[in-house]
Parts: sequence; C-alpha cells; structure tokens
Amino acid sequence: MNTLDSGQRLVRGAADVQAGRFPRLLPERFGAGPAGLEDHVARYGRLPRGWDGYWREELIAEVGRAGLTGRGGAGFPTARKLAAVAAGRDVPVVIANGTEGEPASAKDKVLLACAPHLVLDGAVLAAGMVGARQAIVVAHDAVREVVHGAAAERRRARLDQVKVKVMTGADRFVGGEASALVNWVAHGVPLPTASPPRIFESGLHGRPTLVQNVETLAHLALIARWGARWFRSLGTPAEPGSMLVTVVGAVRQPGVREVEIGTPVGDVLGLAGGPAAPLGALLIGGYFGTWADPAVAGPLPLSAEGLLAIGGSPGAGLVAALPADVCGLAETARVARYLADESAGQCGPCVFGLGSIAGALADLATGRSYEPARLRRWMAQAEGRGACHHPDGAVRMVRSALAVFGEEIDRHAQGWCCGRRPAGVLPVPLRGTP
Amino acid sequence: MITGHRLRVDPIACDGRGLCAEVLPEMITLDDWGFPVLRDAEVPPGLLDEAAEAVRLCPRLALRLDHPPGTPGAPRRRTG
Repeated sequence: MNTLDSGQRLVRGAADVQAGRFPRLLPERFGAGPAGLEDHVARYGRLPRGWDGYWREELIAEVGRAGLTGRGGAGFPTARKLAAVAAGRDVPVVIANGTEGEPASAKDKVLLACAPHLVLDGAVLAAGMVGARQAIVVAHDAVREVVHGAAAERRRARLDQVKVKVMTGADRFVGGEASALVNWVAHGVPLPTASPPRIFESGLHGRPTLVQNVETLAHLALIARWGARWFRSLGTPAEPGSMLVTVVGAVRQPGVREVEIGTPVGDVLGLAGGPAAPLGALLIGGYFGTWADPAVAGPLPLSAEGLLAIGGSPGAGLVAALPADVCGLAETARVARYLADESAGQCGPCVFGLGSIAGALADLATGRSYEPARLRRWMAQAEGRGACHHPDGAVRMVRSALAVFGEEIDRHAQGWCCGRRPAGVLPVPLRGTP
Repeated sequence: MITGHRLRVDPIACDGRGLCAEVLPEMITLDDWGFPVLRDAEVPPGLLDEAAEAVRLCPRLALRLDHPPGTPGAPRRRTG
C-alpha cells in the first residue's frame, strides 16, 4: 500500500467503485451539508499512509505523471512545486489556500463546505510529501466553522501524523496571493512581499513554504488514492482532470459545477441552466481574466490551450455571463475601480497606475471622455511593475475589454450606450473604512 | 556586450524620489507618476560606475545592483 505504480489503484474496496464516478470532488447531491469523516471514508476510502523517503519521491513523480496543475489561477505544475519545496534546506511548511478573495468565485468555499476532509487529506498528504510537520489551512470566513469542525474530528480520531492548524483568511482580493498569504499567517498582514526570496525557498518564518489552492489539494488526495492514469481519464492530454467552475451572471442556475477540463464554454453555461437572457459578453477566468464575445468563446474548450485563441485562460474557474442589456464598459469600469481599490497600496505603479486606469474607464463608461493613447500608455506603465501580479492581472482584464467592447466604445464617443439596465452583474464588495 | 550586472527596483521599497533617473538617465526614466522604469536590466560596461552611484544614492535603498556570480561587488567599492 505504500508503493505506487502508475495506473494501479492503491486502495481496493468500496471506494474503488467510486473512483469512476463523476463528479470527483463535489457531492453527487447538494444539500446534505459537509461530509463527515465517516461519509468521506465511505466515498473515497482511507488516505494511503507511509512517510518514508521513497514513498515521497514516488508520489511526487506520480503527481507529475498525472499532470496536476494549480487551481488557484496561475496553473503552475504541482509536482514541480512539491519537488522544489521538498528539496529545501530547512523543514518546510504547507499552507492550504482557501481564502478565495475573488468576489465572484465560490468554488473553494463550496468545496470546503461540502468536502472539507478531502482538502484536509490533501493538505496532510502534501505535508508528508515535502517533509513538513505542519499544515495550515487558511479558509474563507464563510466556511471557517466547517473546516474547524473537520479538523477537530480528525484530531479526535488521531488520523493525521502532521499538525493541522485552521485559520481564517483576510477577506481581501490580494489576500490569496501566495506571499500575501504567508505574510497574513506570520504577521496578520495580508500584503504581498518582495521577491526574491521566493516563498518555496524562504517563506513562513524563513522555511520553505508550499502554498497550494484547496482544490489542487483535493485533486492531490485523489491522485494518491487512485493514481495518475485514473486522473488522466478526464480532461485533455495537455491538461488532464476535472476542475471546479463558478458560473455567475445571466444564467438560469448560477453556482459551482465540476467540469472536465476542455468542456466547451457554451456547455459550461448549459450546466448552469443556460443563458437566462441574450448574452452580450463573457468574463472568463476571474477579475484578472478575459472578456470574450459569447459567440466566439462558446465553442472554445475551457482549458489554457483552448482559450489561448482569445488570449485567455481558465484562471480560477470563473465564467461570468453579462446580459446584452448591461453595458460591458460600465461593468469593466466597476471591476477596474474595485481592483484599483484592492491594491495592497505598496507599489507606486500599481497604486497610481490602476487608479488612473480605473478613472479613465469611468470617464469612458459615462461618456465623459476617452483618450485611448493615454490609457494604453498607463496600462503599459502599470503592467509588470508591482511586487506581485496584481497590476498585470487588472491590465489584462481591461485590455480584453477594450478589444471586445470596441463597438461600444464608438457608441459612447457619440453619446450612446447599449446599457438599458445599470451595471452590477459582477459582485464588487463594498469595503468599510479600514 | 553583456556584463551580467543587473539593476532591479524593489517596487515596495521604492517611493518615487527619482534620484536614480537623474544619475542614470541612460538607463532609467520615470513613468507618469514619477516611478523609475528600467530601459533594460542589464548594465552596459560603460555605465557600471553610474549604476553603482544610483544604487548608493537611493534614499529608500530600493535600487539594487546584482553582480554575476564570481565577480567582486560594486566596481568602485566605497568603504567607511
């Protein structure tokens, strides 16, 4: 049971039957509440144990063969990160990232609310794989109690060989950025830090630190049980597996769904009940994502490869449907203002750049003025000039809006707007004064 | 010619005082908000002294000069 052979299922028994089922991560029926330890083990079987060096290396290699990538938005190969942290000089630490500061996204909250033990399995497993003695799970406030409850249940059952600590995340957009998360855990300050040093070399208290999104860890927990070949039985050869998506906006049944990577974007909308109104645009990936024409994006596979055609990526799995009677420029201006306000406020080009860009977009959306050359210069000056990628993500989203809403820009220049309803499809949390 | 000496700005430490752009205008310009933009990270051999001076003058210690491995620190080291 401690050795791993690609394609050979590790655990035989009742859980074996479950291995072929879909969805993999989400419950087959919603509404049952969080799965307790007993239900969890009945569905998935126990986590394979054994912490010797050979097992670690084999399992990291198996994750590499599975082709698992990070589900927090950046899509970095998980096995490479595991290997880098495992090779560190000091005893590493694992942080499970369930902060989900992306306002429109709910997939991590839903995963933690439904299957907390699957995430905890993954966190404990990752700790074992890199040689850490502690796994810290940082969960969004909305699911704090469920995660605390699940961790307590495991402690009572003396299930885990590593210490599991549960914390609540800072409810800020930038709070999920890996270095900001390390800073939050260490000092209670959700601000990104300068790089180098990279956190996999020197993160929490100077230790090599593995920060992984909670969905990634849930997939990891299943790869450890059923192997790479099982994992690759869904998805595309380049991007195997399933992924969680949050579908919001003008669809009949908005919510979180699990889809095979490569599912056409239009089918993803279909899984959410289909459009509830004629659609004007889609925002794919998240607030750092890409605006797209629904007719163009609909047939494209929801995968990094498939969305390359529109310069996009699945990001953190958001698909937002904007109805045709809401102005995309007004919606973009709202999101740009939100992202500018959510800057950690540390880097000049991010603070002033995103602020200037958001102001220019507000002027464009209200028809006050539009100076495209100046806006392009500001975007070029903000991009790539922060300690983290916050300005880059915001600029990417705005660039795609200017490309997709080109006709609307012309209309605005003539004093017209397609909006028949006020913008407000995408959630933009109001912040009290800090 | 590639010297391997590279300039970088720590964007968190940088406050946009702008001294670096005055000392090293060949390599550093300021953006619309007064923050330094490096034309190229690689420092050409003829500008190594100026680059070291810009690093030394930054009141926020935000400008760094990384030297290629195996070479001594700044070309003209100031001590004391």
